Amino acid sequence: MKKSIIAVFSLLLVLALSMGTWAQERVVTMMGVWGGQELEAFQAVMDAFTAKTGIKVQFEGTRDLPTLLQTRLAAGNPPDVAAIPGPGALKDYVEQGALVDLSQVIDPKVLSEDINPAWIELGTYKGGFYALTLAADVKSLVWYRPDVFAAKGYEIPTTWEEMEALMDKMVANGDTPWAIGLESGAASGWPATDWIEDIMLRTAGPEVYDQWVNHEIPWTDPRVKEAFEIFGKIARNSDYVYGGPTSVLATNFGDSVSELFTDPPRAMMHRQASFITSFILDANPDVKLGEDVSFFGFPMIKAEHGNPMLGAGDMIAQFRDTPEAREFMNFLASPEAQEIWVGRLGKLGTNNKINPAAYPDDLTREMAELLNTADVFRFDGSDSMPPAVGSGAFWEGMLMYVGGEDLDAVLEYIESVAQESY
Amino acid sequence: MKSMKRKIGVFTPLLYVGPAVLFLLVYQVYPALQTVYLSFLDRRSQSFVGLENYKYVFTSPTMLRAFKNNLLWLVLFTAGTVGLGLLFAILVDRVRYERIAKSIIFMPMAISFVGAGVVWKFMYAYKPTDAQQIGLLNQILVVLGFEPKGWLLESPLNNLALIVVGLWIWTGYCMVILSAAYKGIPKELLEAGQVDGANDWQVFRHIIVPEMRPALTMVTTTMLVNVLKIFDIIYVMTNGNFGTEVIANRMFKEMFQFANTGRASAIAVVLFVMIIPIMYANIRQKLKGEGAR
Repeated sequence: MKKSIIAVFSLLLVLALSMGTWAQERVVTMMGVWGGQELEAFQAVMDAFTAKTGIKVQFEGTRDLPTLLQTRLAAGNPPDVAAIPGPGALKDYVEQGALVDLSQVIDPKVLSEDINPAWIELGTYKGGFYALTLAADVKSLVWYRPDVFAAKGYEIPTTWEEMEALMDKMVANGDTPWAIGLESGAASGWPATDWIEDIMLRTAGPEVYDQWVNHEIPWTDPRVKEAFEIFGKIARNSDYVYGGPTSVLATNFGDSVSELFTDPPRAMMHRQASFITSFILDANPDVKLGEDVSFFGFPMIKAEHGNPMLGAGDMIAQFRDTPEAREFMNFLASPEAQEIWVGRLGKLGTNNKINPAAYPDDLTREMAELLNTADVFRFDGSDSMPPAVGSGAFWEGMLMYVGGEDLDAVLEYIESVAQESY
Repeated sequence: MKSMKRKIGVFTPLLYVGPAVLFLLVYQVYPALQTVYLSFLDRRSQSFVGLENYKYVFTSPTMLRAFKNNLLWLVLFTAGTVGLGLLFAILVDRVRYERIAKSIIFMPMAISFVGAGVVWKFMYAYKPTDAQQIGLLNQILVVLGFEPKGWLLESPLNNLALIVVGLWIWTGYCMVILSAAYKGIPKELLEAGQVDGANDWQVFRHIIVPEMRPALTMVTTTMLVNVLKIFDIIYVMTNGNFGTEVIANRMFKEMFQFANTGRASAIAVVLFVMIIPIMYANIRQKLKGEGAR
């Protein structure tokens, strides 16, 4: 009895395997962290690819991607393609010699014409282009109410001088410029780290920013200190931020934006990533995005560093050089693939030939435009630091600083943690 | 017949305690030894670092702050829960609505500590003066004409605010046990004291306390162990920010947020060693109690 079952199964197995061989099925394997809604959206991208080329995509989703991918690499059995966690991981894989140079894979015309140089730069390391950014989320946004700005004669600032003049004008008018909230349970402090990153990119530039993220310059560096001071001038000053530092520390990050929607508004501006719209709508269901609330880019501070953009992106790298994988990478770079992905998730594509109609709403379209005109794109720095710094001492240090502690002491504290963590 | 008896003598006890000992070895002894071992390795448990992790535990400002806070908790929380528990135990004994009073004081014990943390976060909630207060304490301050306070933000006020939450949860537990012990004191003893002319304080000091000593020791040691392990309240309400860090919360952070297995293990070992003498006192008290029975 047992034997016959085994025999039947073996036969089925042989049959299944050989059928695959006979059909000469073309397959590309991919690994990513996506699940749920994101996986559904990516499934649609993969289906479109299969429909177009006849190549099947075998997707393996795992929340523990870095570990699993590293294990597979060590075993000499990586997937053809993988969505990697970020620029830090990219450098790791390039150092290991694990990645395929995409400048040899993706149509050079697409790379030079359709994709913003900021994305090429983001995926470039040691002279090769190793990661294609499929889409991004942006963080360098300042939210405001167009109706309030119009009624009070406030104009959108494009430089930091204009921003400072605007803040002073608001104060003179009896308005409070900013609403900031840093409370976020066990992750309290993170919204302030985004501020510092945005300011660092604009005062010190992307190269110094990278050095800072990689701890090639210490936290006590005057350029880091300068960024903290610019933030502190706002967050530690009751004239510039609603409720003063105590309120900044006590208010939840998702609640603080609500101060823009009180009557009369208690604050004029709020700096936060694109996801804040869902918090705005939760607390104020009547608000119309794009009409009652809109955003402008966090202004440039030093002209030589231009208009950078802070955010996060879906970076795709190729681990095996097969014809199928090449075709898949070219497909992912195309507007066709990106339109599906961004249309379903409200993310921002990196191919500037994307039909604007693919975006779900006007605000997203505006964000996409802002993103594609940005001079530089950088990943959220605290996410790229070792967790003891990026989601430990940095968060804690921000709370200490806003709470009134001496800046040098705060920076020395973060530096001491950084020294033992890298 | 005789030989069989001897066989039972050897194997039966083994059979009875065997499974329990096995479980203890697998789930208690092995992890404990493994933790000690890991505490001498680096963050990824790959190479030996000697006493490096212990150096961090005993010298870093963060850990020193945690020790200091735990000490503050140790004194105030233990004295508070046991003292208030004893006070309530004696007071409710004298009123007619004893059951209701006891139930109300005991009730917080039924709430999970995380739930209690969330509830008290609302109690302490801060809004600026011109906004509608949502926190009870700050609303009271505002009504009385004061400025609202950042209860959880200002050190050392925030540590006291957190300890109050601990008291709120645990006082009822202490009260219930102490109340039972109090009721166990023979009434003749109390009456004899009164007949001999002792005042209330003297009765309390020389009759009630000595009679309740076993229960008091048990409750105190339990509270001491509790307070050394205190975690939930801090994790939920401040996550150790603003100078409220405690040992167990730091251990959690090092382990699960910073992935530093070595340090987390070293903290665990130190915490374990600190708890041993208290556990010893607790167990000795229990054994004594059983012997008396």
